[in-house]
Amino acid sequence: MARYLARRVVTLVGIVIVISVGAFYLIHLLPGDPATVILGTGDSPQNRARLYAQLGLNRPVIEQYFVWIRNVLRGNLGTSFISQVPVWTTIRAALPIDLEMIVLSQILSFAVAIPLAMSSAKRPDSWLDRFLGAFSFTMLSIPAFILVVVLVLVVAIKLAIPHTGVSSYVPLTQDWVANLESMALPSVVLAIGSVTVYYRVLRSDLIATLQQEYITLARSKGISQRRILWRHALRPSSVALLGTAGVNIGGLLAGGFIVQYLLDIPGLGYTLVNSIGLSDYLVVQGIVLVVSVGVIVINFVFDFLITLVDPRIARE
Amino acid sequence: MSSSLELSELVEEATETPDGRRLGVLFWLCVGWLALNLLAAVLANVLPLENPLTQNYNAVNAGPSLHHLFGTDDLGRDIFSRVVFGSRVSIEAGLGSMVIGFGVGAPLGMLAAYRRGRFDQILTVVMYVVLAFPAIIATIAILSFWTPRTLLKIIVVIGVAAIPLVYRVIRTATLAVATQDFVVAARVQGASDTRILVRELLPNVAPIAVSFLLIGVATVVTLEGSLAFLGLSVAPPTPSWGNMINESRTILQLNPWLALFPAAAMCLFLLALNFIGDRLRTHFDVTEGKL
Repeated sequence: MARYLARRVVTLVGIVIVISVGAFYLIHLLPGDPATVILGTGDSPQNRARLYAQLGLNRPVIEQYFVWIRNVLRGNLGTSFISQVPVWTTIRAALPIDLEMIVLSQILSFAVAIPLAMSSAKRPDSWLDRFLGAFSFTMLSIPAFILVVVLVLVVAIKLAIPHTGVSSYVPLTQDWVANLESMALPSVVLAIGSVTVYYRVLRSDLIATLQQEYITLARSKGISQRRILWRHALRPSSVALLGTAGVNIGGLLAGGFIVQYLLDIPGLGYTLVNSIGLSDYLVVQGIVLVVSVGVIVINFVFDFLITLVDPRIARE
Repeated sequence: MSSSLELSELVEEATETPDGRRLGVLFWLCVGWLALNLLAAVLANVLPLENPLTQNYNAVNAGPSLHHLFGTDDLGRDIFSRVVFGSRVSIEAGLGSMVIGFGVGAPLGMLAAYRRGRFDQILTVVMYVVLAFPAIIATIAILSFWTPRTLLKIIVVIGVAAIPLVYRVIRTATLAVATQDFVVAARVQGASDTRILVRELLPNVAPIAVSFLLIGVATVVTLEGSLAFLGLSVAPPTPSWGNMINESRTILQLNPWLALFPAAAMCLFLLALNFIGDRLRTHFDVTEGKL
């Protein structure tokens, strides 16, 4: 187990290094003079001189990378030339909102997907199973932005539930009840996408597990269906589920921008889109780096969780 | 007794050829729907449609009527015509980027799985690393600073981002086939590498490739829609489903038709793609088919 983890950590560090090179090199992939792109509308002789000093832009590209990565490791992602705010300060303000949104949506998703998958797997091909299958398939084909538009129309405008409309975000520190209300709609939208995926993955694994002989044994001992499902079948059936969840949550961190943008929730995605509009390159670069590393770390954590559920995987 | 039962099942399964019999009515309905969409997109210029850009201030925000099948938008443009012309953007983005992704990723994936060795190792590590970079963020970042935006640039960026994904899927699919006896037999008979790749491996990998391609198109269509919401896709007044839904947001209560029709068109298109893709996958997947 320790050796497996050590090997995974080495891979993790390697990938993070490659990602940092990618995030750094982003600017050179774009046509035009990097300084002009970075400064954007903040292009003035003083800013230009400051940028050259800060990034060492007149030095070779390899040296520039080391100048940049040394700053990044000290928590210095540069200071925006548009807003004059350090990039790290901007990110630190936005990141908790993403985390809250993801945690809420995932609690919701698992709370719905696990019981649904169980009721389907108990009797495959029953009318309930068929209905859930068709329903989850339909939901899978509805893009998040359409869901947001529809839910805003129904929940915020027609039903007029407070703090659910566009631009109604309330910070957690200000009023936690209002905060939860304002986070409900985006969390539900993200959860709908997750539930459909989790349901499908867990259902097919549960069906396979329930055909195992130890389940038949448990049944013949008279153990209740509920206990068999939760205590005997769930754990061995959740390897693929955890793998999917890792990829999916990473996807939410990277792909939650559209929901945040549409509802004016000032998370990382919203900040990213705004910074793109302002051509605030350093903020974009900072968010790309933080999100990329975040996705990798989330995947790593879930790979670790999988080895807890099924230790055989670590031994291979 | 149980073994004879299993045997009869096995025989039944072995003799049952994938002849489309089990694909079902819904599958063919979806195929028909996709074909209709494609045909309408290709023939949009020839069909008796109103010009999607012509503004008519005498009929602003009109509901569906015989004259305007889907109604008109806030500038009096015909929504039906805009939905049909708008499908072009989604279809071009979806197919175009998949052509790039499969054009590069699929041959590399097949070669890597067939050759194995150094070539496979290096390529797989490279692809794995590229895959670790969240493609959606990179896509947005590159598109936002790569101006002026055109559909071709969007297709190129998404297509390149799709290469490692396609590579991984095709490589895995080829690996499963490449070790089977009939491939060894072909090699023993002296078949050339090209012949084995094209005549033995390709037909076996193709179903998985097609189903993944359809789901890939669906993903790209959704992504293009998201980009439209951010103003990173084709610029108005060119109609696209994403553009239309985005424009409708501000006058949603006044004219719900404006959002409804492009949204419905997009969802039905995605549903058909996903359904066909999923059906094909389970149809040709031997391991899952037994459950």
